[in-house]
This record gives sequence, C-alpha cells and structure tokens, in this order.
Amino acid sequence: MAALLPTAGGTGAPVDAPPASPPAGMRARRWVPYALLAPGLLWLIAFFIVPVWQLFAASLWDPNGSVETGYAMTWSWSNYATAWDMFHVQFLRSLWYALITTVVCVLLAYPLAYAIAVKGGRWKNLMLVGVIAPFFTSYLVRTYSWKAILADTGPVVEFLKWIHVLGPDGRLLATEFAVIAGLVYNFLPFMVLPLYASLEKLDVRLLEAARDLYHGPVRSFLRVTLPLSMPGVVAGTLLCFIPATGDYVNAQLLGGPNTQMIGSVIQSRFLVVNDYPIASALSVMLMATILVLVTIYVSTAGTEEVV
Amino acid sequence: MTDQDLCIEGVTKTFGSFTAVDDLTLTIPDGSFFALLGASGCGKTTTLRMVAGLEEPTAGRITLGGLDITRMRPYKRPVNTVFQSYALFPHLSVADNVAFGLRRKGVSKADARGRVAEMLDLVQLGQYGSRRPAQLSGGQQQRVALARALVNNPEVLLLDEPLGALDLKLRRQMQIELKRIQTEVGITFVHVTHDQEEAMTMADTVAVMNEGRVEQLGAPAEMYEFPASAFVANFLGQSNLIQAQVTGQADGHVTVDAHGNRLAVPAGRCRVTSGSALLGVRPEKLHLAADPAAVPQGHAAVGGVVTDASFTGVSTQYLVRAPWGSELTVFVPNSGVTAPQLPGAEVHVHWAPAHSFLVGS
Ligand SMILES: Nc1ncnc2c1ncn2[C@@H]1O[C@H](COP(=O)(O)OP(=O)(O)OP(=O)(O)O)[C@@H](O)[C@H]1O
Ligand SMILES: [Mg+2]
Repeated sequence: MAALLPTAGGTGAPVDAPPASPPAGMRARRWVPYALLAPGLLWLIAFFIVPVWQLFAASLWDPNGSVETGYAMTWSWSNYATAWDMFHVQFLRSLWYALITTVVCVLLAYPLAYAIAVKGGRWKNLMLVGVIAPFFTSYLVRTYSWKAILADTGPVVEFLKWIHVLGPDGRLLATEFAVIAGLVYNFLPFMVLPLYASLEKLDVRLLEAARDLYHGPVRSFLRVTLPLSMPGVVAGTLLCFIPATGDYVNAQLLGGPNTQMIGSVIQSRFLVVNDYPIASALSVMLMATILVLVTIYVSTAGTEEVV
Repeated sequence: MTDQDLCIEGVTKTFGSFTAVDDLTLTIPDGSFFALLGASGCGKTTTLRMVAGLEEPTAGRITLGGLDITRMRPYKRPVNTVFQSYALFPHLSVADNVAFGLRRKGVSKADARGRVAEMLDLVQLGQYGSRRPAQLSGGQQQRVALARALVNNPEVLLLDEPLGALDLKLRRQMQIELKRIQTEVGITFVHVTHDQEEAMTMADTVAVMNEGRVEQLGAPAEMYEFPASAFVANFLGQSNLIQAQVTGQADGHVTVDAHGNRLAVPAGRCRVTSGSALLGVRPEKLHLAADPAAVPQGHAAVGGVVTDASFTGVSTQYLVRAPWGSELTVFVPNSGVTAPQLPGAEVHVHWAPAHSFLVGS
C-alpha cells in the first residue's frame, strides 16, 4: 500500500525547505512518479477497491431481502454468524484441501525444479516449456479432461480395480482424492516456476564451500540449498495455497457433495440461490482468513532464516 | 619432514582438449608455508581444487601423510580452502559463517562460540559477528573467508589469493598475522598469489607455475639469485636479459658474445652452456660509471646512454639504452656515494660476473 503514497518527487528532497524556484527540468520530473502510478492506481481503484468495498457492504445487507425486492442496508453483522453456521464445514475443508495441495505441490515441485535448474543443462528451456505447456489450453478444459481420465469406466479406475487397489464398485470421481489430484495438477506450475527461479540463481560455489567445510550432500542441502531457495518456496506456496483455497472448478467437476469447497458454495449462493448477503459474508471471511494466514506465514518463514 | 607431507604426483587436469595442469609433481612438507606463484590462468586454482577434492585429477595421485586422497570426498578431507571468490553463505551471519565447519567437527556450541569470537578478533572483525556478508566491504568479506577456513585448524590450509582485495597496509598486517599463525599452529599453508613480493616474504618454498607446469621450485632467495628460466627471472622481481651467444668455456667461466661484447658468466650460474642464451642481471646488481677507468677490475661492462632517471626515494631508477637498442634498468641506491646522472649522459653499465646468470632463450 506504500506505493500508493508517493513522496514528493520521490527524490527524498526536504519538503519543508523547497528551493525558491526549482529548475524547470526538476519541476517536470516531479510529475513522473504520479504519471507512472496513475494507470495502475486507476485500475486498482476501479477493479479492486470498489468491488471489495461493495462486497463488504453487501455482506451487511438485510438477509431477508431478495434480488426482486432489493436489499436494504441494515448492518446485519449476524450474516457472518449465519454464514459460519451454515458453511463452516466447507470453509474448513477448503483450507484443509488447499494445505494438502500445497504440501503435495512442494514435494513434487522441489525435485522437479531442482532437476531442471541444476541438472537441466541444455534441456533446461525445453523442460520449462513442458512445465508451462498446460497453460496453452484453458483451465476448465484441462479439468474436464481429468474428469475423463478419472471416470468410473476410464483406464485409471479399471487398472486400479485390476490390481485390487479399488474394490469392484470403487471409484475415483467424487472423492477427496480426485479433487486434490485436480488441484495439485492445476497449481503445480505455480510452484515449479518460483522454485526454479530461486534454485537457478544458487551459486554452486557455495555448495563447494559447504563441502569443503565438512558438509556432505544431505547437510549441504539442508544448510545451504534449502535456506537459499526459501524465497521460491514461500512464493510458490502462496501462489498455490491462495487460489487453491478459493477454487471451485476442481470441486465442482471432480468432486461430489461431500467434497464441496467454499468456492462452489459462494458461487452457487451468488448465481444460483441469489443470496447476496451470505455469499458476500463468506467471501469477506475467506479473504480475511487468507490474509491473516499469509501474514503469519510470511512473517515466520519469509524473511529470516528457517534453519 | 614428517609423514604428514602433501604430495602431488604427476597430476594432470584437462578440460576437454585444454590442459589446465600438466603433469605436476610437488612435495609440500608438513608444516611448511608453500607459495604457488604464477600468471593468471596458469592453473593455480585448479591445483588447489584438486587438493581440496572439488576437482578430480585426470591423471596422477595426491597423497597426504602417505594416504591416497585423490578420490576422497572433499568433506572428508582435513583440508580447508579460502576461496578466491570468498563463497560466503549470504543467509548466515558472519559468526555463523565462521562456525559453519566447526560444528561439524564436533566442537560444542559454547566452545565454537569462543573460537569464532577469537578468530574474528584476529582478523579484526570482532564487531561484525552479527552482520550479513552483504553488509561488509570486499576486504572484510575476504577476512571472513580466511577466518572461516582457519578456525577449523585443518592439516592443510589452501589459500587462493586470500589477501587480494586488501589495501597495502592491511595486507602487510594480515601477511604478518598469517605467517605468525602458520608458525604457531604448524598447519601446512599452500598460498596462491599473483604477488611475488608476498610469496617471497612469506613462504619457505616458492613454486613458480607457468601454463600448468612448475618452472622452478625452491627457497625464495635462491630462486631470486639464480632463476631457472627467463620466465622465472621476469616473474620473480625484475631482470635485465641480454640476448647472447655462447662462444666457449674457459677456467670455470662460460664466455658469451652479446651484441659484440665478450662477457663471462661463472659456469655454476649457467642453465645452458651452448647455443643462444639470455644473460641476466638484476637491476640492483648493475652499477653506473661515467668514466671507463672507474669500472672495477674484473667487472663486465657495456656502454650506453641514460634515457630516463626517476627518483624513487631509496634509489634512483635509470634506463640506459645499450648500443644494440634495448634498454637496461639500473637501480642505484641514493647513498650519496655517486653523483646522479642526467638523461643524455654517456655511461658505462658494469656488474660483477658472479651476479649474472645465463638461462635458455
Ligand atoms: N571448469 C573449467 N572448464 C574449462 N576450463 C577451465 C575450467 N576451470 C579452469 N579452466 C581453465 O584452466 C586454466 C587454469 O585455470 P585456473 O583457475 O586454475 O587459473 P589460475 O591460475 O587460478 O588463474 P587466476 O590467477 O586468474 O585465478 C584457465 O585457462 C581456465 O580457463
Ligand atoms: Mg585462480
């Protein structure tokens, strides 16, 4: 938010003692920071601050209103309690799924990013393209194809039945596994890319120094590679956890009634049930929760050493 | 010499078709201060890396105290390195950097803290323990790198230009400090440097490397007085090298013809005794005489014209153009014995034949 408050000219010139008549060039340059800020600022005001404000206002509307009759602003804080009572299961489930998704993504992405960054050699770019390739088709289409892959009569289920991992009428669709598998698949690239970026920067000479100072491969990794890649881990987990918490596509397409996530609830409250106050209250709660969790996480893991 | 000597036996390292170190054989006695001197790119760092285990020799063997360590993992070797690039851990404080190896050696936390503080004081960074490397100047970082390796008390300490980034005063101070530590603790130091003066003042033994090979190895004074090749003569200090043709040998001297001057060099100071050669004399061993009668009996002399005289305080450096066109450098101490010469003056450059040497050209 600090970026919204530019200092005078951004040059750190003392504000209380301005030169009597600054040279024309300098006066002209004072506008530059504002000019650079303006487009982004307008965009944010139009498409972020205003909607968030509206959302917040809507969460306090009269819960007895309807789209037809209109909503009165009644400062109904009780909407939050109602929303929690009705949907805390989906709410907590979403956070739980997002957490599992993030952990699985870290475990899958770290070795992958490490292999690309350190051992990739001349295949590096090709492998990166491979990671990004799914983005060439739409998110929705990709998730639909997972529906086909995991279908009750699909090859995966048939194979699992054949090796007796699944029972005769076992299925994958509409299970937690399917939803989390879909989330992991969809958010894996967001974990791989920041991890790759931080591992790629790693100076191999530091690893040599660690080896010279009696640290074998495992200890070198734990004391040098891992701490130095923490910025990538933090960025990746944020990019993974935040959208996964609010995601509704995977739960909608791959899940069932027992795997519903808060994103689907909000979506159906808004667009199907047209219950704006509760939907808004859920949205605000979700945003606030994520904001708090992320702040705690970044302040413990982000900056200082984790070793 | 004890049995902890570091021996490099016929070690070669090639990168693709490029030979960085070529059949290198060195014995570095236990507890000695050994300097590796050579021009940039001659293979000094590569040699150290092979001793540290960070690079595997293409051929040859490295032993430490009789134990073959050629393929031993670097973290198992009792060897530490002060890296040319420092390689400090950016995420750790200065004190944690220095303690990095100690804790793995089984030193208790409290002991480690004490030794780290001691070592930081030694490199004059006592106040900086809690800083990050990025908050230090280049010279301070270099001293942290030094402390980080030294604190482990290894059997062999490899120093890759450990004082390169320091100013002259601090450099002298650290040289003395390093030398003192080395004598006190008795660790074998292998010190790589560009600076021939540093090598000569600090080391017991100096090896001059050139293109992956050792050109000469010995005590600094010996090498200075009687270099093995033109490369060493120029690399260790300055030399006047005069193109000459060996004409014969007579009563313990080799006689040469240098641009029409018949000169003699004691046979014991000749690396070659036939064909074309270079006759060398150090600038401080040359003298100037205005009058040929003033040239002492038995001295070799050539005539010339002073082209430049620069006063440096302790001495005056003259450039004298010899009749065959090349210039000789002469250092004359400003002891007040001889009157200064001015550019343009005709002089006779003379020297005692025992101070000259003959090397292959
Ligand atoms: N990994 C490598 N791959 C290819 N060539 C290399 C490699 N490492 C070193 N070399 C080459 O080997 C030669 C010796 O390198 P080295 O680093 O040992 O030089 P040096 O004597 O330490 O030089 P300096 O005084 O500049 O540090 C150089 O020509 C260098 O280009
Ligand atoms: Mg080097």
